[in-house]
Amino acid sequence: MPSLGADMEFGKLLEWHVKPGDLVKRGDIVAIVDTSKAEIEVEIFEDGVIDELVVSEGTRVPVGALLATLRPAAGEAPGTLEPTVAAPESPAAPRALPAPEPAASVSEAAVAPLPRTPPPAPLAAPAHQDRPRVSPVARRVAESLGVDLGAVTGSGPAGAITKADVELAAGAAVAASAAVPSEGKAPVEPAAPAASVAAADRQAAMRQAIGALMARSKREIPHYYLETQIDMSSALAWLREENDRRAVTARLLPSVLLLSAVARAAAETPAFNGFWVEDAFRPAGAVHLGVAISLRGGGLIAPALLDADRKTLDDLMLGLRDLVGRARSGRLRSSEMSDPTITVTNLGEQGVDLVHGVIYPPQVALVGFGAIRERPWASEGMIGARPVTHATLAADHRASDGHAGGRFLALIDRLLQKPEEL
Amino acid sequence: MTEQELRDAMIGALIEVAPEVDPASIDPRAVLTEQLDIDSMDFLNVVVAVHERTGIEIPERDYPKLATLEGAVAYLAAAAQQAGATPA
Repeated sequence: MPSLGADMEFGKLLEWHVKPGDLVKRGDIVAIVDTSKAEIEVEIFEDGVIDELVVSEGTRVPVGALLATLRPAAGEAPGTLEPTVAAPESPAAPRALPAPEPAASVSEAAVAPLPRTPPPAPLAAPAHQDRPRVSPVARRVAESLGVDLGAVTGSGPAGAITKADVELAAGAAVAASAAVPSEGKAPVEPAAPAASVAAADRQAAMRQAIGALMARSKREIPHYYLETQIDMSSALAWLREENDRRAVTARLLPSVLLLSAVARAAAETPAFNGFWVEDAFRPAGAVHLGVAISLRGGGLIAPALLDADRKTLDDLMLGLRDLVGRARSGRLRSSEMSDPTITVTNLGEQGVDLVHGVIYPPQVALVGFGAIRERPWASEGMIGARPVTHATLAADHRASDGHAGGRFLALIDRLLQKPEEL
Repeated sequence: MTEQELRDAMIGALIEVAPEVDPASIDPRAVLTEQLDIDSMDFLNVVVAVHERTGIEIPERDYPKLATLEGAVAYLAAAAQQAGATPA
């Protein structure tokens, strides 16, 4: 069971997408795992042939447990029939990093299990081709209501089964059983309360996971906080002009400029991009930018935009839209959940001016942005009104000092003054 | 398009990003981002969905006019009339 985020202790294997004998390539999605936060597509970390599925569907196991065994493909290693490789054992979790080596190879090792680009849609195993598509919430509701998904007709896109379909099916079943004369029995409970109980359980589990991780952060990480105000007039003027030229589907959000600036600054300032593991700081090399995404109905998840420092604004925008959409209604991939190297939280959307973030361990820094608002701004002896945002840095004092932190924030500011170069 | 069709397009787009919202509960005069707890990414997706459903071009500078359901329907009706837009 891979570690899909530092706050995960257990995972439930929902579905296998492979069976023994299947040939798999690195990056293929082999299983769906439910953490307390979300359903995650687990990517295989190397090529081979599935030998044995050790954990069956529906089983909850701790992080690190063996899920399946993999053997080399026949052509690659003739004569090797024994299973030689364990299933994903925390492929990208910092604890699985090798001992410190020259920086380049450490970073290579750190990202090795991660595909550079989203993997192509995996070829569905024959056994799964007829499987109906089911939304995550529908699956949970079905489980709590005891509804057989095979018997539900989907009304969503491409015949996908939605929560409403499940509740309808549950309601039909309830109605059917209620129609059977039953003397003196309590009325059958309607479907809705059971469904909301499942949602409440989920909420509670997510709160617990967030709470445990944040408590660990506050207990272990000596945070220091810095704040600076950034004049956003150049960035917004450039953005307005750019968006005027663009079709609605290609427009950029201001937050994409902020993300790009942080990713580029992190690439140039390694002390804020990496992990604190076993009493030492390990710079990450690649910049996998965590983005704090609030979930509808409460909760928080911070998956990564992989290699964000090397992406164009358009690619970042596409990536962000895709990530937000999947975080809220679909599935994230294991490579996105494995710890990002630095995280950004943008609370300005709710009108907050300033956020003092809590670092996601084992990361060492978190950059926060407040609302972009018109404020009085003095420049060259004149006071004018300019759009301004408060940028904050919460950083780990074990890995860096305030002086370096100040330079890091100043670099973010400088990058935002030249949006055309982002 | 009739005003009712434009209203339906707007509500349909909102439900796409906020599936748990009961369309009947939307206050036509309240600010959508606040009442439905949608952020700028959600809002952009609403604009894209409305564009796809109605064929109406909505430049970014006009986004504030779509702040409420009532405002959005009025804006779309005016834009449709002006452009003689047909559904995409």
